[in-house]
Amino acid sequence: MAVTEQRSLDVERIRQDFPILGRTVGDKPLIYLDSAATSQKPRQVIDAESDFYANHNANAHRGIYMLAEEATEMYEGSRAKLARFIGAPDPATVVFTRGTTESTNLVAYAWARRSLKQGDEILLTDMEHHSNIVPWQLAVRDTGATLRYVPLTDDGLLDLSELGSLLTERTRLFAVTGMSNSLGTLPPMRQLVDAAHAVGALVLVDGAQMVPHVPVDVSELGCDFLTISGHKMLGPTASGGLYGRLELLEEMDPFLAGGHMIEEVFHDRATWNAVPYKFEAGTMNIAQEVALGTAIDYLESLGMDAVRAHEEEITSYAIDRLLEAGATVYGPKDTSIRGGAVSFWYKDVHPHDLATILNEEGVAIRAGHHCNQLVMRRFGVPATARASFYVYNTNREVDALIEALAKAESVFGF
Amino acid sequence: MALDDIYKEVILDHYKRPRNKREMPDADRSCSKNNPLCGDEITVFVHEEDGKLLDVSFVGQGCSISQSSASMMTEAVAGRTLEDVEALAVEVRAMLSGDIEPDEDEFGELVALKGVVKYPIRVKCAVLGWDVLQEALEGDGSAEGSSSHAVA
Repeated sequence: MAVTEQRSLDVERIRQDFPILGRTVGDKPLIYLDSAATSQKPRQVIDAESDFYANHNANAHRGIYMLAEEATEMYEGSRAKLARFIGAPDPATVVFTRGTTESTNLVAYAWARRSLKQGDEILLTDMEHHSNIVPWQLAVRDTGATLRYVPLTDDGLLDLSELGSLLTERTRLFAVTGMSNSLGTLPPMRQLVDAAHAVGALVLVDGAQMVPHVPVDVSELGCDFLTISGHKMLGPTASGGLYGRLELLEEMDPFLAGGHMIEEVFHDRATWNAVPYKFEAGTMNIAQEVALGTAIDYLESLGMDAVRAHEEEITSYAIDRLLEAGATVYGPKDTSIRGGAVSFWYKDVHPHDLATILNEEGVAIRAGHHCNQLVMRRFGVPATARASFYVYNTNREVDALIEALAKAESVFGF
Repeated sequence: MALDDIYKEVILDHYKRPRNKREMPDADRSCSKNNPLCGDEITVFVHEEDGKLLDVSFVGQGCSISQSSASMMTEAVAGRTLEDVEALAVEVRAMLSGDIEPDEDEFGELVALKGVVKYPIRVKCAVLGWDVLQEALEGDGSAEGSSSHAVA
């Protein structure tokens, strides 16, 4: 076969697909630099959700009539797309959830509470999002296990120098982000997975930021669980999923209990439906998961390699320009080991003040702790400003951000 | 919207040169709070005698709105009775919610904060100092200080 054609993104054409990018903030065009919080949605995804309600709406896996069959087929079709998108061997290994938070909680309840005992350890890192910390804090509280954390270097990388003493035969699970949402760091996942498996620990990868932005193949990665957020990858809010190795999902208890997750119900007990349905109690977010399938079609049509290449380019440009403007940038500067979430502090302007001033220029950035209080503490700041990029962002928008920074400086007069 | 509405000269002045920003080791009352949404934190100290606030100071870190509001507050409440301060706190909240048009004579520099009404997300920055002061006054009076979280 010929060498794979290197595609690059036609960002101007892509922007035409996103209706919201046509709106203004006051009299300024919207410059959306907060895709790490949630991505915008292309017309195709908005239409897919609307089309489901307009033409195919019925409960999935319930009725014996044409609409119900269509709904079921679309819902399951989306599961197959999501499985293929992340390189999962079998659609049954993908459970639909409301997103990464619910996926992590599912594992914390259905696996950790049943499997952990006193003396066991869960290894986390200091760059985890609160949603990959707090579910484990509750799980160890209930089981007597303990948490340990991989520290960070000054560059915002995982400090792996003591990994050997942190990852031991006591470690039952290593839960680690695939891409930091504040520092942008891409940890060396394959190395981490191998190290964890070598001591018999399972690995859960928090894919909230990774899956939307870099090509992911769970069979290459070798992780045991991967959490997926639909709304950060062009899909609707409350869409997403959990990948788990089939044997693990089969051994695990259910998480939420209710309709459809059962096989048979008696007065005193019930038996469970097959994986993944065992974990999908009640009526699911059918229209949203169907539209997530359309988001995946969209990303695949762009090519995830091209998505990643575009983000490396714009992130590199943004970091250069921020540093040139006198901002402090947190996290690695080398774009080959980081994604497009760029945390910074501009001179002495507090991030909230900065965000308010940038908003006047139509520029939407995030300001705060980004659900990363351990990271904020590590770097001695109460909050940071964060610009984050996706397929529709341009270097011109980075320029607008930099110009708006000058305005902040003039207001505060430092 | 215009930035001048929120970043008034008075606010920037209190932010850059905060008044009464100091610890008060012999405080009669103190209280700390942070806003978990944004990380702003403020501790307020009160020296109280015969139902009057003789001296009020604060320490903390955060955005210009939270810090300047706390600074202005320490000046506005000094010398007032507890009842007066409670009444003023209610009025300041009403101003920040856009429910009343502030009377400049009564509000003094605090009027500068009324532009925050146009930025609903920033209102909680502006009220943080008042939240802490009120909690200090409503507490058991101990100077140990309580620590709690503002509900956004």
